[in-house]
Amino acid sequence: MTTTYSLGAAINAGLRAAMAGDDKVVVMGEDVGTLGGVFRVTDGLVGEFGADRVVDTPLAESGIVGTAIGLALRGYRPVCEIQFDGFVYPAFDQIVSQLAKMRARSRGRLSLPVVIRIPVGGGIGAVEHHSESNEAYFAHTAGLRVVSCSNPDDAFHMIQQAIASDDPVIFYEPKRRYWDKGEVSTEPTRSLHEAAVLREGSDCTLVAHGPTVATALAAADAAREDGFSIGVVDLRSLSPLDVPTLRKVAAESHRMVVVHEASTFLGIGAEIAATVTESCFYDLEAPVLRVGAYNLPYPPAHMENDFLPDIDRVLEAVETSLNF
Amino acid sequence: MTLTVSLPAADRDPEGGAVSTALATVLGARQDDPRSVPPFQLIDEDGEPTALGVSIGIDLNLAQEMHADMVLARRLDSEALALQRQGELHLWLMSWGQEAAQVGSVRAVRDSDMIFPSYREHAVALCRRIAPADIMRQWRGVSHSGWDPAESKVHINSLVLGTQTLHATGYAAGVRMDRSDDVVLTYFGDGSASQGDVNEALNWAAAGSLPVLFFCQNNQWAISTPTHTQMRTPLHVRAAGFGVTGYHVDGNDAMAVHAVTQYAAEQVRGGAGPALIEAQTYRLAGHSSSDDPKRYRTEDDLAAWLKKDPIVRLERFLRRAGVEDAHFEDLAAREEAFAATVREQCKALRGDDLAAVFDQTYAEAHPVMDREKAEFLGRRDRTVA
Ligand SMILES: Cc1ncc(C[n+]2csc(CCOP(=O)(O)OP(=O)(O)O)c2C)c(N)n1
Ligand SMILES: [Mg+2]
Repeated sequence: MTTTYSLGAAINAGLRAAMAGDDKVVVMGEDVGTLGGVFRVTDGLVGEFGADRVVDTPLAESGIVGTAIGLALRGYRPVCEIQFDGFVYPAFDQIVSQLAKMRARSRGRLSLPVVIRIPVGGGIGAVEHHSESNEAYFAHTAGLRVVSCSNPDDAFHMIQQAIASDDPVIFYEPKRRYWDKGEVSTEPTRSLHEAAVLREGSDCTLVAHGPTVATALAAADAAREDGFSIGVVDLRSLSPLDVPTLRKVAAESHRMVVVHEASTFLGIGAEIAATVTESCFYDLEAPVLRVGAYNLPYPPAHMENDFLPDIDRVLEAVETSLNF
Repeated sequence: MTLTVSLPAADRDPEGGAVSTALATVLGARQDDPRSVPPFQLIDEDGEPTALGVSIGIDLNLAQEMHADMVLARRLDSEALALQRQGELHLWLMSWGQEAAQVGSVRAVRDSDMIFPSYREHAVALCRRIAPADIMRQWRGVSHSGWDPAESKVHINSLVLGTQTLHATGYAAGVRMDRSDDVVLTYFGDGSASQGDVNEALNWAAAGSLPVLFFCQNNQWAISTPTHTQMRTPLHVRAAGFGVTGYHVDGNDAMAVHAVTQYAAEQVRGGAGPALIEAQTYRLAGHSSSDDPKRYRTEDDLAAWLKKDPIVRLERFLRRAGVEDAHFEDLAAREEAFAATVREQCKALRGDDLAAVFDQTYAEAHPVMDREKAEFLGRRDRTVA
């Protein structure tokens, strides 16, 4: 059985299911209660679960994550909302030094089942600090799990799987896809850290996550019209990476292009290129290529179409790979 | 495109004026009391001078000039909101209702005093003679900042809440090392007061006895979150805990804001250490052009504050004081001309090309910038060709 949801509504439904299933689950963040969040992802939750479990916090990101850690130590499962990607940095210490390391520091005694939801990426014409792709900072940090959903079905299931995880999870939501609709099934088809092969291809595989999955699919369609068989993988998980799946598609298509909105330097694409090259060097016909944003601070909105990788830039990389 | 317009504040005193003895006596005594005090007021909601207003005295010329500044600031807001609705601006954050807090404070400091604003201080910017085009640039999505801080002595906006208060504190350390008697004025909101940065800045400035004047526009809301969710202790009281002198003022009374700021600035300038002014005001509009305040606040709440409108109040006062119709008619004409300029300047705004950002990101040459700029230009030329 399936229902149709927008991506934002699917997360809302996932949160509701998790809260109904476990009364230790609490939602906290700026404007998540009465307003339902600036993207309405927590809409209606305060009415259903009360202000103790859906908490409008003071305006302080370090406080949100730091107190979530305290709640988790006390047996709760907090789900924090960071209002926009660019506002997570005040909480950097709490995430990177506290949340990520508590388990190792306590010699495995203390687990922190905290989820940090972050609307991520650009393409919505926003002002500065509202369009960033900062997954690499967190994926670089041992102790954190980092996932990125691209469609309503995944959004619904992955948020619940993230909440169920006993480790801290950074949960990325592609904000320009919040309003995209899709079918949502009652049961998950994959575990949280599995990649999804959306399309098989024998000439090249595009690897994307979050907001660029749709871009990759569109590029694959365009290439098919020119007679090329291009596969598409939705990573879903950025840490850990589903290396077996990446290895398999690399071996089958011999060429790989990673697409993400983040800048390329030391990004997820670089990690994938290194991993795939290390493990299937002899299967490859071309180096793994990366398509990402330029290595600049996210520019003003009227330049963002030039800044973000689009179908043309993906196809340009596919062509380079095919001609290598 | 013309950038010369009739900006508000043409006649203002670049020194911020001088504090009268009567004002100094009253405000000096109030600061000895660490408990919450009612907001300082010189003109009440009906436009009548309060007892303090009568005893301290109200400068009619100043009241007239500030009234004009506030009217123009409000017009910028309504024009900009209309431009946003027409798709000419991506976003606009109105300062509607907060004009007295902004105009009253900025006019009470010297032109050489550096200002670190948040993002809603359009009236402050106008008073520092920043062109409407430069105020709107960022919200049109063509730039991350508008004006040249070296020229206006107003730093670029800070959208990451509260961060600017630390910048102001560090700037003030430099001011002191330079043996200047400038004051550094920084604006922030009630919500931002929950950020660690703001509290670090208050402590830091107090510990170093730095010349910072913290100005909080308590507009009662941080998006949908009311002030009582942020804090239990009013900010002007919290200040004392840091060793920062706290002032409490009716933020919708331009004359009171001016008087308190003038006094506090004089104290800070004189070496008394940092001060904080909490101005009680109200964000009459939604948080931004994307916000729907009906989801979280009542019509009654809004109606109560509409009665305290700072511009209506000052106009009533001026009319009572005998300011003639001609003054208001002149101002209305000035306002129309100003509005036309705002529209014209907005539509004429064009931004840089992405190529420029490669040059603007580092001060010194950087190989990645060179390589990627060439890549970008190559792609652009191929698309054009
Ligand atoms: C660090 C940070 N977190 C969150 C936001 C998102 N945000 C923008 S404005 C705002 C409310 C600010 O309230 P306040 O400080 O009272 O200023 P006001 O908007 O009322 O002028 C929030 C939460 C932000 N800009 N920066
Ligand atoms: Mg506020």
